Amino acid sequence: MTINEIQDELMDDFSFFTDWMEKYEYIIQLGKELPLISEEHKKDDYIIKGCQSKVWLFPEVKDGKVYFTADSDAIITKGLVSLMVKVLSGHTAKEIVDADLYFINQIGLNEHLSPTRANGLLSMVKQMKLYALALQARG
Amino acid sequence: MEQKQLKDFDINKVRADFPILKREVNGKPLVYLDNGATTQKSQSVIDAITHYYSEMNSNVHRGVHYLSQISTDAFEVTRRSIQAFINAKHEHEIIITTGTTHSINIIATCFGKVNIAAGDEIIISAMEHHSNIVPWQMICEDKGALLKVIPMNDKGELDIEAYKALFSEKTKIASFTYVSNSLGTINPVKEMIRIAHEHHVPVLLDAAQAIQHVKIDVQDLDVDFLAFSGHKMYGPTGIGVLYGKEDALNAIPPYQGGGDMIKEVTFEKTTYNELPFKFEAGTPNIEAGICLNAAVEYINAIGLEQIAVYEEELLNYATEQLATVPGIRFIGTAAHKSSVISFLIDGTHPYDVGVILDKLGIAVRTGHHCAQPVMDRFGIPGTIRASFALYNTKEEVDALVTGLRRAVNMLV
Repeated sequence: MTINEIQDELMDDFSFFTDWMEKYEYIIQLGKELPLISEEHKKDDYIIKGCQSKVWLFPEVKDGKVYFTADSDAIITKGLVSLMVKVLSGHTAKEIVDADLYFINQIGLNEHLSPTRANGLLSMVKQMKLYALALQARG
Repeated sequence: MEQKQLKDFDINKVRADFPILKREVNGKPLVYLDNGATTQKSQSVIDAITHYYSEMNSNVHRGVHYLSQISTDAFEVTRRSIQAFINAKHEHEIIITTGTTHSINIIATCFGKVNIAAGDEIIISAMEHHSNIVPWQMICEDKGALLKVIPMNDKGELDIEAYKALFSEKTKIASFTYVSNSLGTINPVKEMIRIAHEHHVPVLLDAAQAIQHVKIDVQDLDVDFLAFSGHKMYGPTGIGVLYGKEDALNAIPPYQGGGDMIKEVTFEKTTYNELPFKFEAGTPNIEAGICLNAAVEYINAIGLEQIAVYEEELLNYATEQLATVPGIRFIGTAAHKSSVISFLIDGTHPYDVGVILDKLGIAVRTGHHCAQPVMDRFGIPGTIRASFALYNTKEEVDALVTGLRRAVNMLV
């Protein structure tokens, strides 16, 4: 699936929820599906520090595609990280750099992307694109 | 001992004075429990702001014209009402600043400039807000001085014996908080000031979390410097106070240079204005300065003694009720506490709990509360903090408890 196809599918999933609680329960559930960063990479080099919750993110290239593993110490953040990884992982560096993440607004999670939310999510999206950019430059 | 009792405190009337409390957040009635960060404003404060801009707006301490005179008069009314509020001896001992942080920086910088040299020592405590740590670290770095830290026990109480032992010939100033913003501990500051004075060491008291809860009498405390903010006492943001004993303030140089703080300027030499203007360079936050008086009047009309009794009852109720939440662990269990409850819930991250409470219309603070050394002391990344004000109710405490149970169900 392309990045946009995955986004559309997630928007479809979220459209079934009638209240915030269901939505957050789903996000928490998604956190459990996150491909976890290996213990050897779960260190300061790969940390994205928000003000309150920590996110660890590690990129890898296999067959010309970028794959991410990650983790967070807060489970809602972990669910949000999982969403991003679901959308961006397994695509080429160029696709990741060029991706327009419109689904975040559509599923009503844009509040989590504001720089003041201090959950590191905005920095994480930036970091995922930066990794992709670096990998793209390396060729 | 005589039982303290509430006489004329009508919580419904108090709540009606704060318009924001009527609003909803995320479709739920707002439960505002982040008063340690900032308090809400009464209609009288809001009206004063509108009145200022509609009727008075003009620069202070400068013009001969009518508006400048009435705004200057109003600004000086605030100075006198603050003087009375903390029982300062002279009105010129009240310096209007932008807030607690500004006030502490003035003393750290200006006192430090003339009184601190290489090898000297400054005493602070283990429970300080970053704004009562970093300014002192900066002067220490500048002068080659040392920071000495009063330790605390597992309940979040300062070790007074250890404090006594910190003093040496090299100690030049002590600076500590009256009430801890992250733990709620009320420190025995009168005794601590007395001890410092035995060693001829002046004291700066950070009263940011005390001024709205505890009656402060600077002459009775015999404190040398006192700092607090307007916005934590139901007043506007961007305004605060530095109190200093007349002699202590006269003995240190000005902070910033500019208008208002000068007596005479030539290119060869400038002579400085007298107190309080020596420390008030530039145009102040006039609107906030004038309207802070409305907040002081509001507190005075109810009476800090009444407020303290009401808030203590609320704090006790909240502590009892929160204890019933599964897996709760209180951080800060001092015998004397004010208005702040910090806690963790087993198996949850404070951030997650904060997000869920927000969805329920409940505002709390999560994180390290600008007191990272306190979090390190307890070996935790942060806490959830509920902090109370005079308009909070037992029903709101119940809403918090229900919200936390819901969060536990979702997160654990």
